[in-house]
Amino acid sequence: MKKVDRFFSGLVLAGLCSWASADALQVRSMAAGCAACHGTHGMAAPGMDDLAGTKKEILLKRMQDFKSGKRTATVMHQLAKGYSDEQLEQLASYFAALKN
Amino acid sequence: MGGGNGPKVVVVGGGFGGATAAKYVRMWSDYGISVTLVEPNASFLSCPLSNLVLSGVKTMDFITTPYDGLVKNHGVNVVHDSVTAIDADKRIVKLASGGELAYDRLILSPGVDFMWEALPGMAAAGAKDKVLHAWKAGPQTVALRKQLEAMPDGGVFAISVPLAPYRCPPGPYERACQVATYFAQAKPKSKVLILDANDDVISKGPLFKKAWAERYKGMIEYRGKHALSDVDVATNTLKFEFHEDLKANVLNVLPPMRAGAIAVQSGLATANKRWCEVDFLTYESKAAKNIHVLGDSMQSAPAMPKSGSMANQHGKTCAAAVVALLTGKTPNPSPIYTNTCYSFVSSKEAVHVASVHTYDPVKKTMVTVAGAGGVSTAANAVEGEYAYGWARNIWADSLV
Repeated sequence: MKKVDRFFSGLVLAGLCSWASADALQVRSMAAGCAACHGTHGMAAPGMDDLAGTKKEILLKRMQDFKSGKRTATVMHQLAKGYSDEQLEQLASYFAALKN
Repeated sequence: MGGGNGPKVVVVGGGFGGATAAKYVRMWSDYGISVTLVEPNASFLSCPLSNLVLSGVKTMDFITTPYDGLVKNHGVNVVHDSVTAIDADKRIVKLASGGELAYDRLILSPGVDFMWEALPGMAAAGAKDKVLHAWKAGPQTVALRKQLEAMPDGGVFAISVPLAPYRCPPGPYERACQVATYFAQAKPKSKVLILDANDDVISKGPLFKKAWAERYKGMIEYRGKHALSDVDVATNTLKFEFHEDLKANVLNVLPPMRAGAIAVQSGLATANKRWCEVDFLTYESKAAKNIHVLGDSMQSAPAMPKSGSMANQHGKTCAAAVVALLTGKTPNPSPIYTNTCYSFVSSKEAVHVASVHTYDPVKKTMVTVAGAGGVSTAANAVEGEYAYGWARNIWADSLV
């Protein structure tokens, strides 16, 4: 089964190789989805939390807790459930690397 | 700015979709692609939160953002004009002032227009100044507030809701709450009637019904299955397909809607001649090459509302794709983004609906992620504060 998975992900990667630094741009676009509430580049206007420059472990744990239901919120526990663990990890890395 | 030999993008419409696209094409091309934004209004006027102007909780200043941020921070060339025609072969748009703009890629975000032909009485002289929609924030918002102020106590405000899809699904129900908030304080004997062409409340239903029953008991009345057939403007009377005529002191008619006129007349509204079908990876029109359509004008994906929040997300997805296409790269094959939409049920308390949308490569459309999203458990003031936080942030993300 694992072999098959690796075979298919190899195919997907091969399909994407024309797309220069595909993952980086994809993550940038995914992160921009958060900007509507948390500001362009993760720098929020008053009333919402900044994401830029927050430690990766803190952001990731918070999102995982929202996703698992361990932590509730008004909105974020509903939105976090829409992202895979891998996507949450990518988002946390992306925002941690931004300057605040 | 706007000159040089680099690629040229023209954006038509400076609402949530167009303004965001203009900013992000500039940013994500490292300011290498020139962007001209064509928008007739001097400033951006937010439809979200505009119902708070009707209740007197906020003024027009609060919902107004200048276009300066796009110009100063991002070098967008903002032209206050309207596009009257598109020449897709020559890749040129014609302006009302007589000029022309050439583009490599055109992004249309013209919002909605009203299907006035569905309501023949609204063609009468002066009808549109007397019976208001106030569904595009601006002078009509102010005028409707004035009508409410002039209405005697004990009067009736009647709002007519068209069949979905229309711009901002929860907007009419929020408006009923805001008008009732004003009445409760200034004209307590007055009534709010919601005449809805849909069978039932189509967004945040249980939350709105709870607000009407508990906060505005005896003041707000909801009637579903009330499809409007015409308006007798002289007598302030609504006419329905299957119900008796209804006269009220202040009428607020939301006509059926379709894509903005420039999209329809350019042959891009391929879905029922009302909405524009697009490729959800690029927002490129299915009817014309090099022309992208986003925001309320689009034929929406399943469970995707026509909202400012969604238009902002379309703007960014489209911007990324346009930059990729103009620089010889492949657009992102798997976009994912969220929608969050707040409605105020009183002067301070709000409710929300949220969803996560991702691309389905088999269905070739955006679908909601199962198990994610939801609505508020109850209206509260904390969500009211978050609603303002949301507004400040999305206005800045789109325009600053």
